[in-house]
Amino acid sequence: MSSKLKSGLRLALLVLPGLVAIAAMGLVLSARLGQATPTTEPAHAEGEESPGGTATTQESIKTRDAFSHFSHGIGFAGEGRFKIGNAIFRKLWVSAPSSTKSSDGLGPLYNSRSCQSCHFKDGRGHPPKANFPDDTAESMFLRLSIPPETAEQRRQLADHRLNSIDEPTYGGQLQDVAIQGHDGEGHMHITYDEVPVTLGDGTTVKLRKPTYTITDLKYGALHLKTLMSPRVAPQMIGLGLIEAIPEKQIRAHADPDDKDGDGISGRTNEVWSLADDRVVLGRFGWKAGVPSIRQQAASAFAGDMGLSTPLVHKSAGDCTAAQSFCLNAPNGDSERDGNVEVGSTLFDLVVFYAQNLAVPPRRNFADPAVQHGKTLFDALGCQSCHAPSFTTGTVKGQPQLSNQRIWPYTDLLLHDMGEGLADNRPEGMADGQEWRTAPLWGIGLTETVSGHTFFLHDGRARNVEEAILWHGGEAQASRDGYAALSKAEREALHSFVNSL
Amino acid sequence: MLRFFAAAVAAAAFGASSLALAEKAPDVAAVVKNYADIAQAAYADSLAEARKLKIAVDKLIAEPTDANLKAARQAWIAARVPYMQTEAFRFGNAIVDGWEGKVNSWPLDEGLIDYVSPEYGNESPANDLYVANVIANTSIKIAGEEVDTSKITKELLADKLQEAGGVESNVATGYHAIEFLLWGQDLNGTGPGAGNRPATDYDVKNCSNGHCERRAQYLRTATDLLVDNLAWMTAQWGPEGAARKAVMADDGKAGLVAIFKALGSLSYGEMAGERMKLGLLIHDPEEEHDCFSDNTHNSHYYDAKGMQNVYLGTYKRIDGSVVEGPSPSDLVRAKSSETDARTRAAIDETMNRMSAIVKRAGAGEAYDQMIGEGNAEGNAIVDAAIKALVAQAKEFERDIAALDLKAIEFEGSNSLDSPEKVKSEK
Repeated sequence: MSSKLKSGLRLALLVLPGLVAIAAMGLVLSARLGQATPTTEPAHAEGEESPGGTATTQESIKTRDAFSHFSHGIGFAGEGRFKIGNAIFRKLWVSAPSSTKSSDGLGPLYNSRSCQSCHFKDGRGHPPKANFPDDTAESMFLRLSIPPETAEQRRQLADHRLNSIDEPTYGGQLQDVAIQGHDGEGHMHITYDEVPVTLGDGTTVKLRKPTYTITDLKYGALHLKTLMSPRVAPQMIGLGLIEAIPEKQIRAHADPDDKDGDGISGRTNEVWSLADDRVVLGRFGWKAGVPSIRQQAASAFAGDMGLSTPLVHKSAGDCTAAQSFCLNAPNGDSERDGNVEVGSTLFDLVVFYAQNLAVPPRRNFADPAVQHGKTLFDALGCQSCHAPSFTTGTVKGQPQLSNQRIWPYTDLLLHDMGEGLADNRPEGMADGQEWRTAPLWGIGLTETVSGHTFFLHDGRARNVEEAILWHGGEAQASRDGYAALSKAEREALHSFVNSL
Repeated sequence: MLRFFAAAVAAAAFGASSLALAEKAPDVAAVVKNYADIAQAAYADSLAEARKLKIAVDKLIAEPTDANLKAARQAWIAARVPYMQTEAFRFGNAIVDGWEGKVNSWPLDEGLIDYVSPEYGNESPANDLYVANVIANTSIKIAGEEVDTSKITKELLADKLQEAGGVESNVATGYHAIEFLLWGQDLNGTGPGAGNRPATDYDVKNCSNGHCERRAQYLRTATDLLVDNLAWMTAQWGPEGAARKAVMADDGKAGLVAIFKALGSLSYGEMAGERMKLGLLIHDPEEEHDCFSDNTHNSHYYDAKGMQNVYLGTYKRIDGSVVEGPSPSDLVRAKSSETDARTRAAIDETMNRMSAIVKRAGAGEAYDQMIGEGNAEGNAIVDAAIKALVAQAKEFERDIAALDLKAIEFEGSNSLDSPEKVKSEK
């Protein structure tokens, strides 16, 4: 797709940042011409209307359940497993001991009693409307860590055995709730400063810049060097397809030293696989710190709900040695469940569920404004990181996920996103300014499913435009190109993004 | 066509070879029309029973006696009989699927609606409205916003409270909300007994548990909404109804796909999976579909019955009359009498297994006890029904193959039948 125009333009943007506006106007002009006269480019790429390949749902996507359908072609048996998995995903866990042995083990410290309460309708989470106690952070929390202090800690990081060193008292994340009779750890507190940004056509957009602190710390002071990273629950769709992308295809996009000189590096995160007991490619989480859905689910059971699974035997969840009540509280491990709280049967069903939440089909993909937006998306270089398409490999026993041409619009790599978005908290190979390119599929249905349009890792962006304008670092040129567009072109770009 | 159908039934009944009949398959449109007729009749019956429930509820509120509470509970149980048979119309008809949550959502956090036992806990961070208790409060907070609940209206229940805050277990309307208001919480765990709400919960002069007037208003409103919703759905299957038109599209082919998709999905994923297997896996009495009334055995039985109705193209109405006509079974038999016979045998097996559950419940062991930990015999009876449902779904899969419906279902998807189109761009 007119790759010469793009690379030439990119060069201009990089070499002569002062000419961004002019260059952008040039591309706008060419895009306009492209619309007026027939070109040799196909109106759309084959299959892009079904971003999840044949696994794309064919069910209704007009309701809040648009992200809750199973992979198309899963079969009645698959549907059975998916539905039990869904019920477990919705299940409210209770503290131990209780009469229902398979439902207990919650906490002692936790963020949530069920998977679904953070992943509302399998969509993305959002920042609370107000600070505690006026609202609670249901689908967002703070990750905590400290820089390594001992040789052992440095070695564990260097060996990729750990992605970060837990804060000594509070552990790897702040749990705001505890089982009865005990205190939650404290509450995330957010203040926003409105920062005006002026676009090329004079329009002013206000971005809200968050500052995070913790109130009501119940277990003493935080380590002086504590690093915090706010995270909202990500959407759940298409995870099994992302997991099925062969590692080689993702590595092929990596360009850590920017050898091709396009200003975009793209680094892999290399993380420890608990299942394989070795270092593998990270692909899930806001910093690609997790290699698989199983490990992500097990980490969430342990960290968010305080439940042990066959993969992570932490019945006390994220309790630390400094929280002795917590380690001594009764747990829900039962012999029947293999001496964990969430036994392998239930755990496997939840993982299967998470693998098979279907991607919705594109809407209005042939609409001229959407097509125009797509041209702009390409011309601005967005697709350098938001890589449109991959082909999945073979997933044993799951033909619906196998060998599918998919359109997630992410390269799954880490990119420097600039100081504005930085959490300054490293995770594995990801430094404090790097984030994994977020998949864009389904983004246009966020409002339908979740009733909001809060984007980015901490939901600071209130709509697609703000999210784009937060892009910095490697994405600065693309962001500047966007800011130089006319209103109509920006809207065309939004309509393309929202058609995904 | 009707005469032919009668002949087919007779032939099947006497186990005669259907070779001669095989050449005269009913046309798809006639099968789907009969399907729509059954849907219309079953929803009309559900509506009629809901209206009777409304009368019983009004009587309870006017005279809150034990006898009137019992009569209202009986009316609720009777109302479930035709409704559960309509579940076979879910999972294939978009109009039904988009609507169903208003009338049959489950499971629910009952603390949203009314008082609950202290054992229920008072905080569920997973759900701010876990113990919101709308009946006792004239204002509640939903997702950080104050909602005026001083007047209990249809709009409040349907638009503000149902799935409030995006939490699916915030169920404010439908059969299960009404069930909770008639029975109250079942606090017996896997021990015997259903919910035990006293009639005085509706007695404004001698009010137990407070707010009897508001509780009555809630019950009345929820029942009115149920009637409204069922009237709407009945109309959708009427002569000009949207649901009927949708299934009749493309000479009934759309409907035929919906029929089998629904039968397979309801058998396997919904019934065998979510409603039965999960409860058996975790032995949790809360995993019971009609948990307040201990009516789950009937709920499961009539669900299975609804699938039998659809496959055989016949429905016995509550007044005893029968709606029948050309059936999916006839279509399958025209392709392969063996496939049809296997399907009918699988359905019979399911009905037998469901009857065993109903029988055991009749003998005094409720469904939540059957799935209890350590109840090997009860567990086995439920497990046998699950296995029968799974086997039945497999037969529906064979039917789909026999009728060559896969091609229709996958129409419009790009690469299933042409893998050469699936190529890497990179």
